[in-house]
Amino acid sequence: METIAKPAVAERPAAPQGAPSLASLGRPPYRPLFWRKLQDNLVQGFSVLALALAVGVMLWILATILLRGSEALSWDFLTTLSAPHGFKGGIGNALAGTLCITLFAAVIAVPPAICAGIWLAEFGKKSRLADALRFSANVMMGMPSIVVGLFVYMILVVPMGANSGLAGSVALAILMFPVVMRTTEDMLMMVPDTLRESGLALGLTRCRVTLQIICRAARNGMVTGVLLAVARVSGETAPLLFTAQFAKTWPTAFFTGPTANIPVLINDYGMSNFEDLQTAGWGASLVIAVLVLSVNVIARVAFRDKKD
Amino acid sequence: MDNTQEPKLKIRARKLSFFYEGGHQALFDNDLDIPERQITAVIGPSGCGKSTHLRTYNRIYSLHRGQRAEGEVLLDGENILDPKTDLLTLRRRVGMIFQKPTPFPMSVFDNVAYPLRLHFRLSHKEIAERVEAALQGASLWDEVKDQLRKSGLALSGGQQQRLCIARAIAAEPEVLLMDEPTSAIDPVATLKIEDLVLRLRERFTIVIVTHNMQQAARISDRTAFFYKGRIVEVGPTKQIFTAPKEKKTEEYITGRFG
Amino acid sequence: MRDRFTFEIESLKQRLLDLATAADRALVRAIRAVDGASPDEARAVITADSAIDAEEVTIEEECLKLMALYQPVAGDLRLIVTILKVNGELERVADLASNIAARAIDMAAAPAPAECRFDFAPIVERAHKMLRGALDAFVCHRPDQARAIILEDDAVDALNAACYAAARERLPQHPAQAGYLLDCVTISHCVERIADIATNICEDVIYLEEGQIVRHQKRLAQ
Repeated sequence: METIAKPAVAERPAAPQGAPSLASLGRPPYRPLFWRKLQDNLVQGFSVLALALAVGVMLWILATILLRGSEALSWDFLTTLSAPHGFKGGIGNALAGTLCITLFAAVIAVPPAICAGIWLAEFGKKSRLADALRFSANVMMGMPSIVVGLFVYMILVVPMGANSGLAGSVALAILMFPVVMRTTEDMLMMVPDTLRESGLALGLTRCRVTLQIICRAARNGMVTGVLLAVARVSGETAPLLFTAQFAKTWPTAFFTGPTANIPVLINDYGMSNFEDLQTAGWGASLVIAVLVLSVNVIARVAFRDKKD
Repeated sequence: MDNTQEPKLKIRARKLSFFYEGGHQALFDNDLDIPERQITAVIGPSGCGKSTHLRTYNRIYSLHRGQRAEGEVLLDGENILDPKTDLLTLRRRVGMIFQKPTPFPMSVFDNVAYPLRLHFRLSHKEIAERVEAALQGASLWDEVKDQLRKSGLALSGGQQQRLCIARAIAAEPEVLLMDEPTSAIDPVATLKIEDLVLRLRERFTIVIVTHNMQQAARISDRTAFFYKGRIVEVGPTKQIFTAPKEKKTEEYITGRFG
Repeated sequence: MRDRFTFEIESLKQRLLDLATAADRALVRAIRAVDGASPDEARAVITADSAIDAEEVTIEEECLKLMALYQPVAGDLRLIVTILKVNGELERVADLASNIAARAIDMAAAPAPAECRFDFAPIVERAHKMLRGALDAFVCHRPDQARAIILEDDAVDALNAACYAAARERLPQHPAQAGYLLDCVTISHCVERIADIATNICEDVIYLEEGQIVRHQKRLAQ
C-alpha cells in the first residue's frame, strides 16, 4: 500500500516570525480609568456651564426687552411719527429710516464686496495684492465703528453741510464691506477645486466657471453672509450718531438731511428722564431685536445648503 | 484584442516632463502612445505621476499657478503644450472625468444640457433629444428619466459619476480622460461604469487612470505602468498581466509593493 | 496578504513535488515489475494510483481556490497555471505507470523465454531522465534546461518506433508469443508517452519562466 507523504500544509499560515511578538509579551496590567473618566466629566461639565451662561444671558436680554417693550408695542406705535415727551408718538419714521439706511448701505457695499470676494478666491489667491486686501479687511473689521462714523462725518457731512441718511448708509457700507468680502471668499474657497476643473475641462471659460458654476454652488452661503452682515450693521448706533443723526419727520430728505433711525432713537430715548420716552425706547429695542433675529433666522433656514 | 492593422495613434507624448510649484519634478521624459478608439489604462502606486501625466492631455493643470510641462504632447500630430494652443478648443476635443463626481449645482437635465448649449447651435427640441441620448449613452436614462428636474447633487454617487460621463460625452469629445473614475464609488456602481466605459470605446479614445489593477485588466486594451514619474512598461494589457517584461511591473501587479 | 499568498503557493508547490515523487516512484516500480516479472509489485503500483488520483484532485482544488481568492496576475498567475497543468501531467504519468504494471501482471502470467525478451532499459532510462530533468527545470527555474530536454523527445520516439518494428518483425516467426509482444509494444508506447509528458512539462516551465507559449512550435516550424 503506497501512500503519498503529504507535506504539512497549514490551513492558516503562521504569522511571520520576527522580533518579540505581541502574543508572547501578553497583556500588561491596566491603568485605572478613574482619572480619565473624571477629566472627561469635568470638561463636559465646564462646557455645559459655559453654554448655559451664554444662552442664559441672551435669554435674559430677550426677556427684558420683551417685558419692558411689549407694553409700548401697537400698530400705531409702528406707524406714527415720533413725538416729544407728553405727546403720544411712535417710531414709524425711525423704522422707515433704518430700513432705508440699511438697504441703501447694502446696495452700496454688497456688489463691490462680492466682486472683491470673487477676485480673492478665484484669481488673487496667494498674490501679494490679495494678501494686502485681506489684511486691510481684517483691520477694517476690527475698527471701532465710531471711528468710521467720524470719518464719514469728515468726508461727507462736512462738505455737504448737513447730516444725511446717505452719510449713514455710507458709514454702514464701510462696515459691511469687509464682512461680506471675507464671507464670500470663504464660501467660494469651500467649493472643491475639482468642480472648477470639471467646468474648465468641458471647455468653459474661467469667467463662466466662476459665475455660473462656482457662485451657484456657493450661492446659499453667500446670501447668508450678506443677510448676516445686514443684520449686524442694522443695529449699529455709533456710526449713525455723526452721520444720519435723527429727524422727527419721515425720511423724505434721505440724501440731503438728517434721517430718523432706530438705534439713535433708542440712544436718545434711553438717555431721557421721561418714563413714556423710556418705554418707547424699549419698544424700539424690541422692534430692532425682532428684526435682526428674524433676518438671522431667515438666513439660516431659507438658505441652508440642502441636497435637493 | 487582435491588431491586424495598426490603429491610428490619437495622442503621442514625447519626452514629457512635469514640474510642480517650486520646481519639484513629477514626470521624467515620458513617452506614451495612445491609440485611437482603444482604452489605455495607466496604473502605478500612489504619487507615481499617473494623474499628473493625464492632466497634461487637456492642460487642466494650467488652472494652478506654477505648474508647468515640458516636452511634447501631440494630439493628432499637433503639440498641445504649445502656448498658442487654444485651451477652449482643446478641452472641447478632450473631455475629462474626475475621481470625485462633480455634478454642477443645477438640475440633472441642465447638467447635460450645459455643454450642449455652450458648444453647439441647437434648438430646444434638439437639446432635449441629445440630453436623452447622452443619458442613455451613460446608462443613466432609465434611472433619472422621471426626475430630470431634480438637482444633480441629489443623485447617488454612482449616478452622479454617470451624470458626469453623460455631460462629458454630450460635448462630443474625441478623447475621454478618466482620473480614477470609480475610486469614490461602491463596487456595484463601479461595474456599471466599467460596462459603460467598454461601450464608449467604440466612439471615443479613452485614457483611464486607475488604482484598481483588476479594473485595468478587465477593461483596457493597453496598459502603461508608471513608477516614480517614469513609464516603466507599456504594452497590451494581456501581456502586462500575464507576462510583464519588467521586474518592477511584475512586483507591482503581483502586490509585492505599492 | 502577500505573505499569506506566498505561503499558500509555496505549500502548493511542495505538494506538487510530492506528487511528482509519487508518480516517479510508481513508474520506477512498474518498470521493475516488468523486468523482475513480479506481479505483486505491479499490483502495489495499481493500488497506489488511486491515492495519486485523489491528490491530483486536491491540488487542482487548491489551485482553483487560490485563483478565486487572490486573482493572481503575472508570475503568480503563470505559476498557478503551470502547477495546474503539471499536476494533470503527473497524474497521467501515474496512470501510464499503472498501465505498464497491468502489462507486467499479464507478462508474468505467461512468461516469455529469456532469449526473446525485450530490453526496455534504453528507452526507459531516457524517458525517465527526461521526466526527472523536466521536474528539475521546474524547481530550479531553468528554461534553458527545459529547452534541451524537449529536443531529446525525438530519440525516445525513435526507440519506440524501433521497438514497434522489432515486434512486428518477430510476430510472424513466433506467433505463440503474440501476447508478450503486444504487451511489449504497449509498454514501449506508454514509456514514449511519458517522454511526451516530460516535453509538455518542459513547455510549461518555459511558459512559467518566460511567459511564452512554445507548444506545437516544432511542428509549425517543420
